[in-house]
Amino acid sequence: MSEKVLMKGAEAIAESAIRAGCMAFFGYPITPQNETPEYFSRRMPQVGRVFLQAESEVAAINMVYGAACTGTRVITTSSSPGISLMQEGFSYIANSNVPCVVVNVMRGGPGLGDIAPAQADYNQATKGGGHGDYHSIVIAPHTVQEAADLMFKAFGLADKYRIMVVMLMDGLMGQMMEPVEFREWVDVKNNKIPVWATAGQGKRARRNIITSLEILAEGLEKMDIALQEKYTEIKSSEVCCEEYMMDDAEYAITAFGTVARISKTVVDLARERGIKAGLIRPVTVWPFPEMVFKKRAEQVRFFFDVEMNEGQMLLDVRLSVNGKKPVYYYGRLGGIVPSAEEMLDELEKLVGGKK
Amino acid sequence: MKTLYKVPGAVTDCPTTYCPGCPHGVAHRIIGELLDEMQLTRKTVIVWPVGCSVFGYYFIDTDAVEAAHGRACAMATGIKRTHPESFVITYQGDGDLASIGIAETIHAAARGERICVIYVNNGNYGMTGGQMAPTTLLGQVTTTSPYGREAHANGFPLKVPEMLAVIDGPVYIARASLDSPKHIIQAKKFIKKAFKVQVNDLGFSLVELISSCPTNWKMTPEESLERIRKQVLPVFPIGELKVDEGVA
Repeated sequence: MSEKVLMKGAEAIAESAIRAGCMAFFGYPITPQNETPEYFSRRMPQVGRVFLQAESEVAAINMVYGAACTGTRVITTSSSPGISLMQEGFSYIANSNVPCVVVNVMRGGPGLGDIAPAQADYNQATKGGGHGDYHSIVIAPHTVQEAADLMFKAFGLADKYRIMVVMLMDGLMGQMMEPVEFREWVDVKNNKIPVWATAGQGKRARRNIITSLEILAEGLEKMDIALQEKYTEIKSSEVCCEEYMMDDAEYAITAFGTVARISKTVVDLARERGIKAGLIRPVTVWPFPEMVFKKRAEQVRFFFDVEMNEGQMLLDVRLSVNGKKPVYYYGRLGGIVPSAEEMLDELEKLVGGKK
Repeated sequence: MKTLYKVPGAVTDCPTTYCPGCPHGVAHRIIGELLDEMQLTRKTVIVWPVGCSVFGYYFIDTDAVEAAHGRACAMATGIKRTHPESFVITYQGDGDLASIGIAETIHAAARGERICVIYVNNGNYGMTGGQMAPTTLLGQVTTTSPYGREAHANGFPLKVPEMLAVIDGPVYIARASLDSPKHIIQAKKFIKKAFKVQVNDLGFSLVELISSCPTNWKMTPEESLERIRKQVLPVFPIGELKVDEGVA
């Protein structure tokens, strides 16, 4: 580990990606994440790597797709409207089994919406988003340090499963300055082109073809089943969830990203008032930590889901709890970040009603 | 015994999926011969399009990727930028390149990406059943211009090489035709120049190949080649449109 530096989230993820061995960035400007490509544009030439500003998000994701087909560690970053434009590419990347990392600094929507922090792309990210039966691994950091750490994990998972890994953030995390400690650089001097990749046949015995096309339904079904088997493996091995003050909790708040960060304060405030609250914070929102909720449903009186959307993770929470305990929801829309006080008020109302 | 004619090493023995009389096979053969002659096969990645040549990777024996509709130049950019040592070709039809993929094409050209674009123009969407394309001639009947393409409603045929020739990024831009042996020999010369542009790291090159579509034009192969000569080439004249210094 290196020493701590004070950095904006938007820049810390870029620096961390570079240290994690990211060799290329392709992207298109969009608020509120411009500091990330700007940082890449300064740093990538310094370390002899690729930075390219594409003509659109559509082009950017297809440049990522091309680079991913060569087995190169590659990233793009964008925000909600730009991520919508990339969905076609995501779907192709999924059925081509190639690795890449995508950061979505979510903003208020739908449509052009606003540029304030939001979490309204949860469904789009965790359920696929593009056409076809597919998933990406979706991780949701709640601090700048965690985002920097998870960037290493994101590239590792992408390579391990040859899959797209999405980092779900929001403008608040991007703008926040925090001390960050970066991990050791990944050595890229001896990078090799993977055996499955398409960068020219070279000395390989057989050529490689990467395609998401299989015109025969029987063949495509086999490809689809293979994808599902990969997802099953990921679900069994890669679920990541933080539990905060849950050991003796009677009430479980659940939230991801920025709201989870605020929720920790809410838990502390609630406990000062004698309410035994805890927090379940999914770090991977896909695969979703279903078992954690299933287990805690035996313990808590209810779950309290808080999001900056109309209750998108709420559905996953309800499926996991499976009717065993009530699941309540509170949220703000349009780019409003709920305060700890208003969340605490809501929690107290619920606890008051349930005592 | 001396061999006068054989299948190029870079062309596979897989039967093609093209209609009888379709010139895609001729275009594939030219590419295969040049990959052999220039010893590029093992360095090459071909980005195949959506359209009739969607299965092109079965027919040309190189590393290959299959792009989304229109995105070949963007995908090629991703490959070439991360692996400058590779030789990257996109092979695209007129619906793919001139309609849905025109932005990716223009910007790859403007950036001077070190890629070669082979652009096969048969004036309609062949794979989907012969719909109107940006390149469809005025008056031409297609399944979505049943009364003939009419300028007031549908605009005019798009001439991609002429557009690209006026921007600074491309190094070599040409249009050839696959209607006759003479023109096919010329097409090979043009494509060879385009390939050399990338080999010599000069920049972006594109060769348009005027092609036919007997099935959707509802003509015999002979009639469709005659139509190219009489109707298409007057609108899409063949020749070199941009030849920068250093192109050989």
